[in-house]
Amino acid sequence: MSGKVQASSALALAGSGARPDTEGRIWAFGSTILKVAGLAAFAFLLFGPLANLVLWSVAERWYTPFKLPVSYGLRYWEVVFRPTGDAMTSLMTSVGIACLTVLVALAVSIPAGYALARLKLPWRTALMILFLLPQAFPSVAIYINVARVFYSIGLTGTITGVVLVHAAHGLVYSVWIAAAAFAAVDRDLELAARNIGASPLRTFFTVTLPLAAPGIMASAIFVFLESLDEFTGTFFVGVPQVTTLPLLLYNASMGGNYQIASITALILLVPSVVFMLVIERFLKADVLSKVGQ
Amino acid sequence: MAKPSLLGLLLVAPALAMIGALFLYPLGFSLAAAFTEPGGGLSLMHFQKAYELYSTDILFTLFIVVVSTLLTALFSIAIAGILTLGETPWLVAALRALYRWPLFIPFIVAAQCMRTFLAKNGLMNNSFVALGLMEPLQATSLLDWRGIIITFVWKQVPFVTLMLAGAMASIDRATIEAGRNLGASRIRVLLELVLPQVGQTLLVGLVLSFVTMLSVLSVPMMVAGSQPTMLTVDMAFRINSYGDYATANALGVISYAIAGTVAWIYLRHSVKREVQA
Repeated sequence: MSGKVQASSALALAGSGARPDTEGRIWAFGSTILKVAGLAAFAFLLFGPLANLVLWSVAERWYTPFKLPVSYGLRYWEVVFRPTGDAMTSLMTSVGIACLTVLVALAVSIPAGYALARLKLPWRTALMILFLLPQAFPSVAIYINVARVFYSIGLTGTITGVVLVHAAHGLVYSVWIAAAAFAAVDRDLELAARNIGASPLRTFFTVTLPLAAPGIMASAIFVFLESLDEFTGTFFVGVPQVTTLPLLLYNASMGGNYQIASITALILLVPSVVFMLVIERFLKADVLSKVGQ
Repeated sequence: MAKPSLLGLLLVAPALAMIGALFLYPLGFSLAAAFTEPGGGLSLMHFQKAYELYSTDILFTLFIVVVSTLLTALFSIAIAGILTLGETPWLVAALRALYRWPLFIPFIVAAQCMRTFLAKNGLMNNSFVALGLMEPLQATSLLDWRGIIITFVWKQVPFVTLMLAGAMASIDRATIEAGRNLGASRIRVLLELVLPQVGQTLLVGLVLSFVTMLSVLSVPMMVAGSQPTMLTVDMAFRINSYGDYATANALGVISYAIAGTVAWIYLRHSVKREVQA
């Protein structure tokens, strides 16, 4: 929409600002060149690092002084996707943990979100801020102490421990977005259901929840991605038994195995980029405008 | 009135319990470990040790995070400004399609990208040499403090820009048009008309970025060498190499203090705004 506005204002300007012919044309040409160059530099800085990642993932041999890989191949992809390999195990672990994290986070945040959106709660703002804190706090110092507590009750190095850490970290997304999604549901529809005799519980499950579902879906995706990409918490709580993809990436990279590290990074990249492209479908403007309120 | 709030509290309780057990309790634990001496009394001895060993890293961390935040602000304002005030439709459209890409890319993936991209014989130097912008001998590795800053800025600019461009799109276009009609340049309109109206959003984005950058462990570990390094790496080192929770937690409290100062600046600013309004 704003594109249209800009286009029309640009047209208006082009119409009004008639310059002396040649000079104006040179000026316009120069400005276009400058814009193209600027955009190219921007794109290079944006995609250069990603291009390097892709190159490393298909480089079988690459050493100085060669500017590009000496030989290309998919050998390392085969290593990563070998069913018995570390990478496949890590991928399964990561996806499993992410799914469990979503379940845990939704199980606590759907009721909490509904209560925050619809019921009278004392210190509501303080509660909302409380859920934000784990994201807005330097987390390393928290995780080392979580790991210490978990160690004393035997939760370090277990899937349960990692899931709990990820779920707490994702809670701000799931609670805030769920609250916004419930707040965006039209109250009249619930009242109509109640008027024709539906119980509060039935109204919730047949009217409110289905209408809030896209927003809750978005929060689930956020939590899933957060869990999939989470490194710091797993680094302290999951070691040495739980190796998720980010930990595998870290170990491969620090061990100098850039091909495995790059391929792992690409696997992690795919869901992130896909989500970036589709997020607007799930998070509608009416929900977004209510986030954090 | 009492009944619904009881039900509400019941519904919120599981989530609250989770925050309590997995955030507030460890937070208390870390404060306790940082401020108590082995005998059990209160003391600042761990802070003294932390300061003796890591004063350089404390300054280094502050430097990195402050510079990255300022650069993030600069680039975000520039990009959001072009998106809002740009008069070249194709440029605006291209920029809008491009700038968001790093938004959801995990820090660890960004770190791995930069680890190869910014290396001495990484794609960046190689491209510059191939384009004739640089002699092969001039190529240096950027994998030190510069690498950390570049990675942070690369990762955080899309986030702040997204917030900022959203805020700019929702301000009244009439003020912009009025400024333009009176002959103000676009830069002046951006700095004097648009920016003051979205200052609050910019501040929120920058505060969140600041704290995020303060908490990231993977980027300083993977992008830069060992010395000097950021506090997060020092904490991990204290734990993994010495099991020294006291010093690590003292460093943790220092990082809370840094984050707290920024949050305080933000709150003071918001209160001032509300008083003015």
